[in-house]
Amino acid sequence: MTTKEISIGDIGSRGSEAVSKLNGDKMALNVGPSHPTTHGVLRLIMELNGDLIDKCEPVLGYLHRGDEKIAENMTYNQFVPYTDRLDYLAPLANNVAYALTVEKLANLEVPARCQAIRVLVCEMARISSHLLGMGVFGMDAGAWTPFMYTFTEREKLYTLFEELTGARFTTSYTRIGGVARDIPDGWLGRVEKFVDELPKATSEVEKLLTRNRIFLDRTEGIGVISKEDALAYGLTGPNLRAAGVDLDLRKDKPYSGYEQYEFDVPIGTRGDCYDRYLVRLEEVTQSIRIIKQVIKDFPGGAWYAEDAKKIFAPPKDKVLTSMEELIQNFMIVTEGPQIPSGEVYFEAENPKGALGFYIVSKGGGVPYRMKIRAPSFCNLSILEKLAPGHFLSDITVILGSLDFVMGECDR
Amino acid sequence: MIDESFITALFEKHSYLSKLESIDCLTVRCASENLISLLSSLRDDDGFELMVDLTAIDHGESESIRFSVVIHLYSLVHRGYLRIHANCSNNDNPTMPTCSEVYPAANWHERETFDMFGIKFIGHPNHKRILMWDDYPYFPLRKEFPLAGIDTPLPAADVSEVTDASVEPAPMMGGPFVASASGPMSDSEPRAKDESWTEQNEKTS
Repeated sequence: MTTKEISIGDIGSRGSEAVSKLNGDKMALNVGPSHPTTHGVLRLIMELNGDLIDKCEPVLGYLHRGDEKIAENMTYNQFVPYTDRLDYLAPLANNVAYALTVEKLANLEVPARCQAIRVLVCEMARISSHLLGMGVFGMDAGAWTPFMYTFTEREKLYTLFEELTGARFTTSYTRIGGVARDIPDGWLGRVEKFVDELPKATSEVEKLLTRNRIFLDRTEGIGVISKEDALAYGLTGPNLRAAGVDLDLRKDKPYSGYEQYEFDVPIGTRGDCYDRYLVRLEEVTQSIRIIKQVIKDFPGGAWYAEDAKKIFAPPKDKVLTSMEELIQNFMIVTEGPQIPSGEVYFEAENPKGALGFYIVSKGGGVPYRMKIRAPSFCNLSILEKLAPGHFLSDITVILGSLDFVMGECDR
Repeated sequence: MIDESFITALFEKHSYLSKLESIDCLTVRCASENLISLLSSLRDDDGFELMVDLTAIDHGESESIRFSVVIHLYSLVHRGYLRIHANCSNNDNPTMPTCSEVYPAANWHERETFDMFGIKFIGHPNHKRILMWDDYPYFPLRKEFPLAGIDTPLPAADVSEVTDASVEPAPMMGGPFVASASGPMSDSEPRAKDESWTEQNEKTS
């Protein structure tokens, strides 16, 4: 009987050789610019080591329209429709942020009613944006149903927006020194009805996602952003708060009368994809709280700065009946609202993060330079650091949890 | 809000800073060679942990200082903003040291500023365009760059070779239809400023 010696070591070494050979071959993978994962026109160039991401480089600019150049060539009010197209999931919040910046430059106070309208539409925009954010995030993780619930609610919001502004999507609602028109009769009641019914839908989403085993497996511990990293990369909004940083401009630097309303700021503890989802879910509840308070004490009076004759174009019915208002309207349409020279930076807490406008004015109706600080742009910049070490399948979840909009990112 | 005692201490600590008039937040001017040490000190000692924005201004071709970089920082300790202006000394080849070592957030902001103004950030780890394509020859936010754009070859050279297509300027129809900021009333009416260029007559370049 003969025996044959088999050296285990050899087989082991051959195996490891084969693995290292496989490891040596990295694969380049291009995702986008038009791909369901990328929520718009983001392109990712990735280097894969097997299923693991070694390197991930976002390529931007596919939706670049030169908004900042355009802004330098038109009057302040003419730019309002362009702000709709920044974060196009919450155009009303962009309108308000822009109007507030120019008003800060002009040192203009708007009446309480106008402030209340603005807070109301901002929070409605936040709900609309977060509903979409959570819905598509669920979809990215493989859960189709929550998206259907959130979109049904968004549809109702759009109907309310349409009634208020005349447009469902591109609202262009604010003017420098006020809003385009007062709220319609009975509209507040319909908003209240909507927010009363909304928790039913969000609780359905919660039941479908929050303790869902698959959803938890896909999101917990994935895409962890530490507090330090979140600050270093300039993250803002829910993404920063999920990382455990207590920064909400509505609380810290209140604008448009936010200091009157009571609400809590949800803060995450781990900074993973799951925390970012939870923060958004809770923010919807807090927005409902704010909306209820606004509606409860809705101020009367003017809804535009009546004394700002050189800044606010008067309401249309007055333009057509009185000479002085006709002249005022003509001057503002032709020359633009007259804004003093100076520079100003203002950030508003938008659904995606802090939307900032930096305006340099040399007087007159046209800005000399306008920079738009887009939260999605800053939030995406962490991707180069965040993605490596994750599986390719995690990238859809990470992108979904960052909740970015390319219209705002590329401007 | 940023209080007076912090402001006094800041100017004592960094004697090279000069204060600028501003209507909204503390604004300082810093020489470009001191920028990095100022930023590190602000981040580590004064709680300015968040760089919210970095951009530039083109003051116009005729100005002695043409480009300046503007940085906005936010402090979680003071709950307030700080604006830093830093001038680029060379008008033809403007440069600035990179802040991306101190604030990683500056990485993309600096790429965008380079893309739009042509300011080079010395030491930047990934110094290339971010919004326009890599071979794009102009800097669109410079004041001399026309709103309509300039005729430029397509990003894909192989495509333009076959199709002879290029990136064309936008049809402005004699626009932009906005009032200018100054000058007599007749000039500031929003009308077609360049009437040689209409729907019927194309502009000769």
